[in-house]
Amino acid sequence: MNSNVTTKHRKNAGLLSIIPGFGQFYNKQFVKGIIFLVLTIAFFSSFSQTLNWGFWGLITLGEIPKLDHSIFLLIDGIIALLVAIIGVGIYTFNIYDAYNNGKKRDEGFLLNSVREQYHNLLDNGFPYLMISPGFLLLIFVVIFPIIFVILLSFTNYDLYHSPPAKLVDWVGIQNYIDIFKLDLWRSTFFGVLGWTIVWTFGATTLQVAIGVFLAVVINQKDLKGKAFFRTILILPWAVPAFVSILIFSGMFNESFGVINTQILSMLGIDAIPWMTEELWTRFALILIQSWLGFPFIFAMTTGVLQSIPNELYEAANVDGASIFQKFRGITLPMVMYATAPILITQYTFNFNNFNVIFLFNGGGPALPGQNAGGSDILISWIYQLTMTSGQYGKAAAITMLLSLIVVTVALWQFKRTNSFKEEDMM
Amino acid sequence: MTNKTEKIIRLSVSYLILLVAVVIVIYPLLWVLGSSFNPGQSLSGSTMFPENPTLKHYKSLFDIENSNYVLWYLNSMKISLITMVFAVISVAFTGYAFSRYRFIGRKNGLLTFLVLQMIPNFAALIAIFVLAQRTGLLDSHVGLILIYVGGQIPMNTWLMKGYLDTIPKELDESARMDGAGHLRIFWQIIMPLSKPILAVVALFSFIAPFGDFILARIMLRSEEKFTMGVGLYELVSKQFGNEFTTFAAGSVLIAIPITILFLSFQKYFISGLTAGGTKG
Repeated sequence: MNSNVTTKHRKNAGLLSIIPGFGQFYNKQFVKGIIFLVLTIAFFSSFSQTLNWGFWGLITLGEIPKLDHSIFLLIDGIIALLVAIIGVGIYTFNIYDAYNNGKKRDEGFLLNSVREQYHNLLDNGFPYLMISPGFLLLIFVVIFPIIFVILLSFTNYDLYHSPPAKLVDWVGIQNYIDIFKLDLWRSTFFGVLGWTIVWTFGATTLQVAIGVFLAVVINQKDLKGKAFFRTILILPWAVPAFVSILIFSGMFNESFGVINTQILSMLGIDAIPWMTEELWTRFALILIQSWLGFPFIFAMTTGVLQSIPNELYEAANVDGASIFQKFRGITLPMVMYATAPILITQYTFNFNNFNVIFLFNGGGPALPGQNAGGSDILISWIYQLTMTSGQYGKAAAITMLLSLIVVTVALWQFKRTNSFKEEDMM
Repeated sequence: MTNKTEKIIRLSVSYLILLVAVVIVIYPLLWVLGSSFNPGQSLSGSTMFPENPTLKHYKSLFDIENSNYVLWYLNSMKISLITMVFAVISVAFTGYAFSRYRFIGRKNGLLTFLVLQMIPNFAALIAIFVLAQRTGLLDSHVGLILIYVGGQIPMNTWLMKGYLDTIPKELDESARMDGAGHLRIFWQIIMPLSKPILAVVALFSFIAPFGDFILARIMLRSEEKFTMGVGLYELVSKQFGNEFTTFAAGSVLIAIPITILFLSFQKYFISGLTAGGTKG
């Protein structure tokens, strides 16, 4: 900083603006000062009730059963929290502004006039104006629910503590402890987590492999009917997934489904218990997801293949490379390089692929000794805990664990890709 | 000569593989098409090539007094279209702001969007359910649309921003020299140039609510408010097998327009995904 500054305007202005506006008065920016002061008074007079009530509710979650509704208090509390954050933001900006203008005076610059400030506000404020509709909506439908889930995971909200008859209480990290300590929860959690991981890797890898393989087969130069094959093979992506899954669930029906009654009996194989035996349901699910998911990879790979320069293959031909050598040495690296970022989103997608699990067999079959179905993945288990057994607190805690996994993977992925290092990207 | 036999073997194996793939892909689709023309009601008797094909299941779907199918169709269309309009507008704004302006909070905002696009918004389904109850938005289309639009913003903002970054900044600067204001540059210079990405965002934000099942299932309670996904699911799950042919007819009617729409726009899908994907 400038060492030969003798005046101390920045310090004075900063300190004075502990009462909003006074730092601006000190800097002789009266209009701005009055705006800050009025904003502060308006904020306190209109929100003091909200804040008071909200924070009381947030801390106690209500004191009298039937009168205080704990969950509504929690919601009001989060609103109070958001209002308070906005207030603190404005307050910080007020100090920052006073300090900055004080610094300008220290360094001997002239401050902006009211007119210039107005134009500055318009120029600098424009991007905020543009993002605010989207951002406000995000706060309400995405960020608000996330805060709610975080807080809920520290409560004992379930069927036995269900407002308005009963109160909900803060229980600290009891839900998390229960999930890892109580036998029923622990075995279920790790069982479901294990299958979720097997499912994610099995189904995704299979659909990628099939997609890449078929794209390479069709891309052979001397193969006829490319357009026909490509159109047909893209169909599973085009048909709405929920329709296809429900169709499959009919086809795999044990007693009436066409797979057992016609296809397998034609091959001389006995009927397979697709819906009642855990292992067969899981097997069928991976097959179905491969059917649903490969066209996407297929279409993207086709795009990449068409952009690989022909000279590469010609050079390989001169060297006498076989088909497999060409595939391993040229095609596969090129395809993987171009599609890697999207492949990873395929893994995160399947990790949370609720539709196929729920619509095929409702997460079933039911298993003894645990409270999740045999094909339940984490997200469908959370759904079941919320919608059928009313274990809201536990479900919230599991949601937190799930999000932790997803966010870790996501951040790791984006560290690896260079999107953040690129100049001007951020 | 060996080269030629090798070629014949290679091609025949390829055609064989493709034939198997085509059969596996097409079989379920043809089967459901066949089922929809079956005279019976149940799953057990339905065959791919019925002996006495009938259109009665299609007729029964359009029998408004006994079937909510038409309502579900309209609900799905309405919700998806409104979501699309609002998502495109807000994504155009946010994407433009993030691409063209340097403001305090920009980097954190982008990072937030990045993390949010990773967590599907139904992960917070408990919260959505309880909040909707509290605000009275349960069983209303408004609540559902708000959630859909919000869920579309993070990912599509990144797509939009990635595309806008490729439009040279000199264009805006010269327009600014000529005295054009912020809104005018946005509206008359940048937006016309971003039609391709706007089309991609529109498609994505139409297809996503259309194909959604879980959020609609949580939010919607009464049958006449159902979307297609929830409605068809109810139709099958209520008495599985008993109404299967009706379900099949309903599936065909919804799958055909979406498939046509999809096939005609698929190259935009791929270009949009790769454009946004490789850039983050």
